Formats: sequence, C-alpha cells, structure tokens
Amino acid sequence: MKSLAELQAIKDRMKSKIVLREGTGEIRVVVGMATCGIAAGARPVLNAFVEEINAANLYEKVTVSQTGCIGFCQLEPIVEVFEAGKEKITYIKMTPDKVKEVVEKHLKGGNVVTEYTVAGAN
Amino acid sequence: MIRSHVLICGGTGCTSSGSQTLQKAFNENIAAFGLAEEVKLVQTGCFGLCALGPIVIIYPDGTFYSRVTSEDVKEIVEEHLLKGRIVERLVYRDKEADETVKKAASELSLSDTNFYKSQKRIVLRNCGVIDPDNIDEYIAMDGYAALGKALTEMTPEEVIKVVSDSGLRGRGGGGFPTGRKWALCAPNKADQKYVVCNADEGDPGAFMDRSILEGDPHAVIEAMAICGYAVGATKGYVYVRAEYPIAVTRLQHAIDQAKEYGLLGKNIFESGFDFDLEIKLGAGAFVCGEETALMTSIEGNRGEPRPRPPYPAVKGLFNRPTVENNVETFANIPQIILNGAEWFSSMGTERSKGTKVFALGGKIEHTGLVEIPMGVTLNTIINEIGGGIPNGKKFKAAQTGGPSGGCIPASLIDTEVDYDNLVSIGCMMGSGGLIVMDEDNCMVDMAKFFLEFTVDESCGKCTPCRVGTKRLLELLDKITQGNGTLEDIDRLEELCNYIKQNSLCGLGQTAPNPVLATLKFFRDEYIAHVVDKVCPAGVCKGLINYSIDMEKCIGCGKCAKNCPADAITRTDYIAPGHKLASFTIDTSKCVKCGACVAGCKFNAISKK
Repeated sequence: MKSLAELQAIKDRMKSKIVLREGTGEIRVVVGMATCGIAAGARPVLNAFVEEINAANLYEKVTVSQTGCIGFCQLEPIVEVFEAGKEKITYIKMTPDKVKEVVEKHLKGGNVVTEYTVAGAN
Repeated sequence: MIRSHVLICGGTGCTSSGSQTLQKAFNENIAAFGLAEEVKLVQTGCFGLCALGPIVIIYPDGTFYSRVTSEDVKEIVEEHLLKGRIVERLVYRDKEADETVKKAASELSLSDTNFYKSQKRIVLRNCGVIDPDNIDEYIAMDGYAALGKALTEMTPEEVIKVVSDSGLRGRGGGGFPTGRKWALCAPNKADQKYVVCNADEGDPGAFMDRSILEGDPHAVIEAMAICGYAVGATKGYVYVRAEYPIAVTRLQHAIDQAKEYGLLGKNIFESGFDFDLEIKLGAGAFVCGEETALMTSIEGNRGEPRPRPPYPAVKGLFNRPTVENNVETFANIPQIILNGAEWFSSMGTERSKGTKVFALGGKIEHTGLVEIPMGVTLNTIINEIGGGIPNGKKFKAAQTGGPSGGCIPASLIDTEVDYDNLVSIGCMMGSGGLIVMDEDNCMVDMAKFFLEFTVDESCGKCTPCRVGTKRLLELLDKITQGNGTLEDIDRLEELCNYIKQNSLCGLGQTAPNPVLATLKFFRDEYIAHVVDKVCPAGVCKGLINYSIDMEKCIGCGKCAKNCPADAITRTDYIAPGHKLASFTIDTSKCVKCGACVAGCKFNAISKK
C-alpha cells in the first residue's frame, strides 16, 4: 500500500462487512424463521434480503434479523418491517422475487408494496 | 452472503474458560445446519466481563451470551442462528434488573448494563469488536488513518504538540506527560533513535496491556510508528513477556501484516519515513518493567537498572535517544491524532485526561477489564461496574499499583480516581491492577504477600532493595506469626522510609508502599497482631486456633477424616442427646488448613 486512497479503499470494502456489529440500523427487517416459516421457504427469503440489501448499498440503514413463529403459519414466509415512528408493515407469502421488489420499492424508495402485505391481501 | 456475525472472545480469560473448544463446536454446528455461507465466526479480544466467560455475542441482534459451554452451542445455532429465537437462559443480565425490569432479550442493549454504561472505551474500543488477526477489520475501524494523517498532513512538531495538548500521561503508572517525553527526545541528534513499547506487565493481578495486545495489536503498532515519526526514530521494539503467548503470537502476526501492507517498512505512505518494528521477548523478571532495566535487557544484558540521568531521551537503548511508553499509553495515540487534543482533554479531570483501563480482581463480582474516564469514583468502579462484593461481604480496601502501590480504604471509597487524588491519599494509580479486598482479608498478610513478591523480584544490584526488602519481610513474618512487638512496627516504618529514599530504581523506591499504606490506614490491624496477638480477619495462621465445640459435635468423624495432619481425635465425652463421642483438635499438630471446618455440617468447629 502506498497511498491513503488505497487505505480508504480497504476501509470502504470492509465497512459493509463489519457494519453488522454496530447494532441495528434505522430499519429492521425481521423474517419469521420458525419451523413453519422454514418449511414454507423462509431461508431463501432471508438470504435474498441480505443479498439485495447489500447490492443496493443499504447495509448501514437496514438490519436483517430473524424471529420465531409469528402465529400466522399459513401465511408464511412472513416478513415484518420495523421503522422508528412508523407503523409495522407485514409482508406475507414472500418469495425471493418479491423480496427484490420490496427492497427496491419499499426499503430504497420508501413506498410500501401493498399487494404483498397482510392488509393488501385482504 | 453473510447475514450474522458470531463473536467469540479469544482473550486470555475466556480462552482459559474454554472459548477455543467453543469455537470448534460453533464451526461444526454452523456447517451441520448448512449456515456456513450465512454466518461468520470471528475471534475477538477481551470484552471485559472475564468472570462470565466464555462470552459470545451475536450480531446484528447484539445478543450477549455468557458462560457458554460446548453443549449450548447446538441450541444457539439451531434456535438463534437458524430460527431467530434467542436462547434466553444464556443471555447476560444485570442482577438487579432481573428482578425489576424483565426486558425481553431482544431489547437488551449491552451498553445499558451496569457493567458497560459507566465505561468509556477508547483504548479498548476495538477489543471484542474486531478480529485482531485481520488487519482489514482494523482498517475498517479507522485503523492506520491516524498514521496516514500524521505522515501526510502534519509535521513531527505538530504531532508532538497534539499529544502534549491532549494532556495524555504515562499509563504504566508513572504518569509522566507523554508529549513532554517525546519533546525531550525529538531534538537530540543521533545516527539512530528508538521507540520502545513497554509490554512487560508484571504486577500481580494486572492484565490490561496483555488484553490490549491480544485484542487490538495494530493500535500499538500504529502508535509506535506515529511516535517514531514525531521524534525521528526509525526502529522500534516491543518488549513483551514470553508468558503472554497469545499476545506475542497476535502481535507478531499483526506486525507481519503491517509489513506486507507497507504500513511498516520503507517510505510509508510515500512520505519518505521508514519505520521497522521488532518484538523482544522478556523472560518475566519484574524489574525489566523498569525502563532502564528493560533497555539493558533488550541490549542482551542481564536486566538491571542503571542510574538516571542520563535519561533515555538522551541516552537510552544502545546509548541512543529513546522514547519508551507503555502499551496503554500508545493505544491512546491514534485516537488522539484522529480526534484532536481537545476531544481527549475534554474527558477526565483537570490534570488527568482521558480514560484509564483497570483490571478488576479479587473479591468482586465482575472480575474483568474495564475502561473508565478519569475522575470516576472508586465506588462506581466497584459497586456499579464491578457488581459489588460477592456473598454479601463488606468492602474493606482496594489495592492499586500492585507491589509498588498502596491501598484505598473503605472510608475513601468516594475518592475520584485520577493520578493526583490517589497520590494525595498516599496511594498511586499504578498500571491499572485493582484488587478488591473484603473483611476476610488481612491487611498485614496482604502487605506480606507483596513483599514476598518484591524480595523474589529484586534484582540485587543495590543493597537497600536487596537486603532491605528481605528485612522488611522478616519483620512482617514475625508480626504475622504473633511474635511481633510495638517496636517492630516502628522499625518497619523506619526501614520503609530508608528503602524508599536509597534504592536505585523504581522497584526498590516503591517496594515499601504496600507496607506504608497499610500502616497508614490499618495500623490498628498491626497493633492487634502485636499487642492482642490476634488476626482480626482470621487469616494469619500463627494467630488463629481451631477448636471443636464438644456440645455441638455429634461425633461423625468427618473432620478427623479430612484432617491431613492427624490432629483430630475422638474423646471419651458424649454430649447430651448425642450417641457418639465428640472429637477434639490437638493444636500442636494442627496445620490450620481449615479442612475440618469445610467438612463439618454442624457448625461445631470455630476459628479464633
């Protein structure tokens, strides 16, 4: 390494990897990962969230974590989005494709994808 | 893609409580549940709560698991990492909080716990956060940015000015202003100058420097390079004791990585500045923590101090101008360069700036490593951060500064801890070992313990220390055996003052401190030993006797079985209501080990 720019490049590259340890960001995406969720395909959904959020450079703002059974097993995989000062959004029957849309429109754009939410499905 | 980090403490405390096997178990289970692509295992430095190790933290949730065993690992991986359900029974909580606020584990924040909330982690900021074996993680936390800033934007004079203005003082115990030390060395011309890091931490009960080297070795390397630039030195040595194998391995690994990245070596950041670093292993002699003895040892000679002046800044290592600082002092430097002198001097008290790391030990709930701003009271350290004294016992005194230090009695528990306050009450800051004592500790015995240490560790070069400490110990022996007189106490005091004034180096000059401090605050205990011939705390074996209450003894014989000296025998006396004859202790045979008391379920044996 010969320059400060190179040092900065390493810092930037590593920041996304270490940011996880700084606690939770402004938005928390929680994937239901109980037996029902996993059986319905929550693992690929969880991984899709992690990948899409990183790809969209939202890793400092959004934290992805899991939770147990939310209680609505027939609607799994269920994903809840928590944001301070806003109402909780609950997405149901998620798939990796839907995740892509939610990350793009909701987490990045700020617009809830109503058709995938509990409220929208009703 | 990694979505979760599992941080396992790899400090010495947690390593000895089994964190290495834990790591293996995590690796196996993470693989077994197919999570290897999603979960990353990181071995970090010390989190501080050594008493509750091994410690595991899982991010992004920040869940703090304590006392984790290999058997718990499968549950953590399956429940927490796979299914997202926190394993409540392993989550660390404050004792009081357990009763009052039953917060869900997912809402618990580490920084809210009593242990962490009064702490301010500057030196330890990366300990327990990054993987010390990975230079990239250090860089991610602003690592080497201070070196870059110093080399490209600042002159050596400016670096020294920032360090001086920050008010940083030597953390090894002396408290000499670091900036002034650098400024004294900088103008001296020589073909070669040196930077030396004193990592020869030798006080019983101290493990601050060890934990810094284990948890964040790059901070010390970066600081030494900055120091080299400031004073015009191109070569550095870290003198670390060979008894710190984890610290040595990680530091060597860190030096190799820094060299590979060009952060050590020739022409760093194309500034024209060269700096090279080498580890020197010490064989564990306490005197080598004294700066001149340390340099003599690096030179390949027997570790003995030499008279000052000339001071190291003029004639140090290999007779060249040298700056020598302690590990913790260095670890502050990069943060001071990055954040500025004002930021640093805004913390602490008027003449003691910044923070201080303490190793808490002895009779305290949270044995471990803490970092607090200067000026926090001893009460906060012991009762809030340290969790108080175990088993409902009463706090008696805190010992600081190891064999060179003194003690702070319970009456002064509200003392604000900084260099000058401690000196004014006849104590000293020391390097940061803080040993807590309760009512069961005998202060004379404590002084004797430290004297035994200094007698062993005195290098023998000067007579006051070599012979004087030996005589002190003999007097203390006499007192603890019950043969002392009031005149012995006066002789003790006189000899202490003589040794202090006439010894060659810091070891001898400070060796009588534990005796003087206990004489000052606990003279009544000395008097009880010599006049009343009792040890109030029941520690000194020469002054205690065990006896069996024959009315309470049911004659089970457990004590006789436990006795290693065959001092307990059955009598002919059968107490009213009992079926078997009572036992008695032959005090001439008794070795006062206490094994009989430990075995008696009927409280029939007393210690007086």
